[in-house]
Amino acid sequence: MNASLHSSAFTAKVGSVEVTTIRRDFPILNQQINGHPLAYLDNAASSQHPQSVIDAISHYYQHDHANVHRGVHTLSQRATEQYEGAREVVRAFVNAHSTKEIIFTRGTTEAINLVAESFIRPRVQPGDEILISALEHHANIVPWQHVCKHTGAVLKVIPITQQGEVDFAAFEQLIGPRTKLLALAHVSNALGTIVPVEKFITVAKRHGVPVLLDGAQAIPHSMVDVQELGCDFYCFSAHKLCGPTGIGVLYGRESLLDAMPPWQGGGDMILTVSFEKTTYNQLPWKFEAGTPHIAGAIGMAAAIKYLQTLGMNNIAAYESGLLDYATDQLRRVPGLKIIGTAFHKAAVVSFVIDGIHPHDLGTILDSQGVAIRTGHHCAMPVMTFYKIPATARASFAFYNTFAEIDQLIAALAHAREVLG
Amino acid sequence: MDLKDLYRDVIVDHNKHPRNFGLIDPADAHADGHNPLCGDQLTITVRLDGDVISDVKFEGSGCAISTASASLMTEAVRGKSKRDFDSLHDQVHDMLTHHDSTIDPSSLGKLGALSGVREFPARVKCATLCWHTLQAALLNHSQPVSTE
Repeated sequence: MNASLHSSAFTAKVGSVEVTTIRRDFPILNQQINGHPLAYLDNAASSQHPQSVIDAISHYYQHDHANVHRGVHTLSQRATEQYEGAREVVRAFVNAHSTKEIIFTRGTTEAINLVAESFIRPRVQPGDEILISALEHHANIVPWQHVCKHTGAVLKVIPITQQGEVDFAAFEQLIGPRTKLLALAHVSNALGTIVPVEKFITVAKRHGVPVLLDGAQAIPHSMVDVQELGCDFYCFSAHKLCGPTGIGVLYGRESLLDAMPPWQGGGDMILTVSFEKTTYNQLPWKFEAGTPHIAGAIGMAAAIKYLQTLGMNNIAAYESGLLDYATDQLRRVPGLKIIGTAFHKAAVVSFVIDGIHPHDLGTILDSQGVAIRTGHHCAMPVMTFYKIPATARASFAFYNTFAEIDQLIAALAHAREVLG
Repeated sequence: MDLKDLYRDVIVDHNKHPRNFGLIDPADAHADGHNPLCGDQLTITVRLDGDVISDVKFEGSGCAISTASASLMTEAVRGKSKRDFDSLHDQVHDMLTHHDSTIDPSSLGKLGALSGVREFPARVKCATLCWHTLQAALLNHSQPVSTE
């Protein structure tokens, strides 16, 4: 298929909404970088914000800000209503049973750390095992290493195949009576692999092993239903789904959260305090010590509403088209090798090019207005597995266009010219 | 931002055809440099004749800027005393890291081609890695060097 034909021959739509219309909702996209239109293809690192999110945050600060759960005055009540309203929006978005199961955190990383410290650390004995995969982001490796170091538990790693899929047969061999948790990425940030977590969860349940999913990369691209998945914990960040940085979510099964001790102590997480004894607040506030990121929660709710208006299934379908086109075009670039060729992938393409280091690609593409990520993507074990120091990664969102993929391909040709 | 300031012909040439690439064995001094965020890693080996760098080689993998900087450095420092190396190191470092550097790039010969790097803050660490690594080798430091 001719590249220019593809980008002009039809009207790109997410559901019934034209992508050109969607792009008008994202003011940041409408700018020139180094004399070229910005092609923002670094969405797996952080996505951009529609005007409705910016407005929600701005409106909150202009009209409604006060501390939550405190005062009886009007502003405090408004802030509390909006903050708790955001929790209900998140609950409905992931179909949790109750808002008690939705803990606001600083992001995915903090959510995983909370489970590591409050759920796993008190439960493991020397020799017990925590099972992860070789695909994981550092955020789903290091917290478990901490637990292991302090308890004598052992970190076990399910290998991946050359395609970048988690080896299910190896998993079935590794899970056993000493396994105390299975912690898996739902989608790999480095490779884009969609992990078929459902079948892993089925096996884990048979062994009575609780399951945590790192959903940071899955939640922007697909419908997530925690009850249907049957996982025990699900972690994600707002800034990957068009919301603000510094806020994320831990979904936890209520019965487990109830039994877990608080992680951090402070205001908001207590009912009564004396120097002799403190009683803790109920869920979900038991895990939210200190004044929370109120504007962040409100911004995240606005982002979720925006995505729901477009429809997560429509987003997934459009992004799948972008991924297919990008994969097809990238394969034609001389010397280019795609890293991670799983059968089911989210809209993420990692690649290397013979004779051009990813870091140089990053700089040269930026000179052409194309923003991609280069490096190890916080997944150094994945790089080690493929025996490469780094990759270039293009990651797409529903507001990206086929023309931007053409711009990427042209910029790659330019890189070859510059570096000879 | 002009890409040609960064990827000058000398840089492109030294990236494609690195000089003094390899290991001296046995070496009188050596050190490793590693910038894990971008994936640059190199080993520098040195042969000393008294206080003079009589031979120096580098090996490893990295981006065009780090490779060219290492290649240019090995050419420039061969035959220099440790003290002259320190002086050159300081001049190159000043040129790479300061916008208002008073170092005239043309006074540094081919190394002057690296002066464009200072317009690209994210890439300065690529150019400086080999210089810090050679300095560590000459000081007998055993810890790997990083400029990240």
